[in-house]
Order: sequence, then structure tokens, then C-alpha cells
Amino acid sequence: MFKKEFVPGSRSKVKSSAQRAIRAKVLETYPKLEPHLDDILPKKEQLDLLKIPDRVSLYCLGGEPLFWQHMDDPVMPHLKVIHKYPWAFPRIRIDRGAIRFVLSGATLMVPGLTSPGGRLPGDEEAGDGYGNGGKELEAGEVVVVEAEGKETACMVGVLKMGTQEMEEKKKGPGIENGHYVGDGLWKLDLN
Amino acid sequence: MTDTATATDARPPKHVVYCGVCTLPPEYCEYGGTTKKCSEWLVANHPDLHSHLYSEDAATKGMSNLSLDAQKRAEKDAQKKAAKAEAAEAREKTQRAASKVYIKRVERNKRKYVTEVSGLEAFGLDLKKIAKEFGKKFATGSSVTKNAGGTGDEITVQGDVSDDIFDWLQEHHAEVPEDNIELIEDKKKKASAGP
Repeated sequence: MFKKEFVPGSRSKVKSSAQRAIRAKVLETYPKLEPHLDDILPKKEQLDLLKIPDRVSLYCLGGEPLFWQHMDDPVMPHLKVIHKYPWAFPRIRIDRGAIRFVLSGATLMVPGLTSPGGRLPGDEEAGDGYGNGGKELEAGEVVVVEAEGKETACMVGVLKMGTQEMEEKKKGPGIENGHYVGDGLWKLDLN
Repeated sequence: MTDTATATDARPPKHVVYCGVCTLPPEYCEYGGTTKKCSEWLVANHPDLHSHLYSEDAATKGMSNLSLDAQKRAEKDAQKKAAKAEAAEAREKTQRAASKVYIKRVERNKRKYVTEVSGLEAFGLDLKKIAKEFGKKFATGSSVTKNAGGTGDEITVQGDVSDDIFDWLQEHHAEVPEDNIELIEDKKKKASAGP
């Protein structure tokens, strides 16, 4: 989605009522973020709304991008937020071979997740917190993508296919149009 | 990385170091195309992390579970990317050396002048911010306007401040070489300019 670097549009302050709505929405989408929400979105601080191309709005606090949203899609965290609180999001892992494709903006394909290096939730032997409590993720859920042998997440996006289906089919696109490290949103300078 | 449902609560935020060259987390530097520079930066700033990430051991461990074919492809890809990044950098450098900043004094109304500054964007400066700075420094109106041909933007400062801008640029933006700045005064109007 942010493969090209872009110039941000207008920047405006978010009404406090809208700010509360965002807070509630974030909490609803990422319940595990609750203990940290006051650190990420302090109640009294003034959020800014930044319009960026393709009808994406980016919420930021001071110079820090926090969340972005494409039209009325789910609110997605910026990767810098994910890097701070990686345990608060449902995670999957890709194998080593897929990293370079993801980092150049390709659609994440399912074989990168089902191969021995990849991890999907619902696996018995997933371990490392990838099990998601044995629950499968459905299509349309926001998921953080980590990489084999790396500690930090490299991408965040919406699943195009449920993880159960992935296990069965083992091919096709898994996540399209995500936000990955080194893309336009990552490189965006707010100051 | 070993979290269970109970351990998730109220953990302090993790601090992630970001590479000063490519802005990625250092473990992803190898995909950024400027691996060599990133590695140097990491040695200078976070030597412990460097020894952890760039050791022989780590490299072989990472590669071993890829097939030989995939390894080759990945290597080729990385090389291509590095070459691309290098070429882009070189191009930018030459472009920078060739591009000039023009400070032009334009007569507006007999003894009143505006100063137009163009070419700053080639040096990676933000015109809007600089215009604001000029306005503050000289206590005059200063704005970003379309240039005559409509091909780009320039800064228009009210009043004749060309020499001051020249000095200010040298003081605050040393990345613009002195030789690349050119002062222009409108010749025809110079005669009527007075002292």
C-alpha cells in the first residue's frame, strides 16, 4: 500500500470525542493492548490526523505515527508501535526466504507461512507465542508478521485467507497491501 | 518472545534500535541495499549488537536452511539492490554538484524589492520550512510560490535581503556549497536601484 514514498497532505487536530472513538476502536481491535493504551494514546494529549494518499488517514502524537486506517477498514498500528509492544498483537511468522520479497513490497504468499520456517496460529508445536491460544485467525483480521531468525516484526496487514484455509491450501496470497519496514509510511518524516 | 497469556500484562515497552543509515531495525539491514554502510554505522554506535548480528556464525546459520538455489537467488537479488542503491546515491551526488541555488533580486516598485530563492529543493531542504525561517529572521512576508515557468517552486521574500540570505545559507546549511550559490540582480533595473 505504501510501496512508493509519498507526500503527506493536510494535518489537522482530532476532536476529543473522535479521539475517544479511536481509543475505543483500538481497544476493540486489539484487546491485549489494554494495559499499554494509556502509554500509546494518553487521554489528555492532542492527536493529529494526517491525510495521506489513497484515502489513508494516519493518527500521530507529536512527531510519532501511531495508527493508520484506510477508509473504514480496521485501524492498524504503525510498525514502530508494534516493535514496542509485540506481544499485544496476533502474530504469524514467515520463513527466511520470504523476507526479501516482503521487504520489497510483494504480496505475502501462503507458502512462506506453511513451510518449516513459518509459523501459523493453531499449530500445536508453534510455540514462541505464535499459537494464539490454539485459535485460528479468520480472513479480515489484522495480523503482525514476524520473520524467521529475527526479533522484530517486519510487516502488518489484513489476512486475506483464514489460517485454517492456509494450512489446507498451502498456496495463494496471504496478505495484500500491508505496511512493512522500509516502505513509504515507515520512511515518512513528520517533522 | 516467550509470552503466555498471563505474562502479557503491563510489560514495559520494548526498545528497538533503528539503523541510522537505512532506518530499518539492524537485523533487516541486509535487505536495505546499503548493507556495508549499515554495518559500519552499527560498529560505531552499537558494537555489541554488531558482533551479534554480523558474526560468521549467524550468517551461516541463517543460510543453512535455505536451498542452494534459493541462496543463489537471494544473493543475486541483494547484489542487484546494493548496486541500485549505490547508483542512486552517485546520481544524487552529481546532481547536487551540478545544481545551483539562485538568489534573485527583483524590482517590484521603484525602490521596493522582492527576493526570489530557487533551487534549494535539490539539496534536500524543505522549502516551506525555510520560507518560514526567512519570514521569522527578516521579519517580512515570505512564501513558497510557483516560479515563472510553472516548473517548480521558489521562495519569495519581501524586501532586498539577498546578501543576508547568502550569509544565512552558509551559516545554517553548510551542505550547500558556496560556489553553487549565485546572486542575481535584475540588470535593467539595477541602474535605477540607487546605492
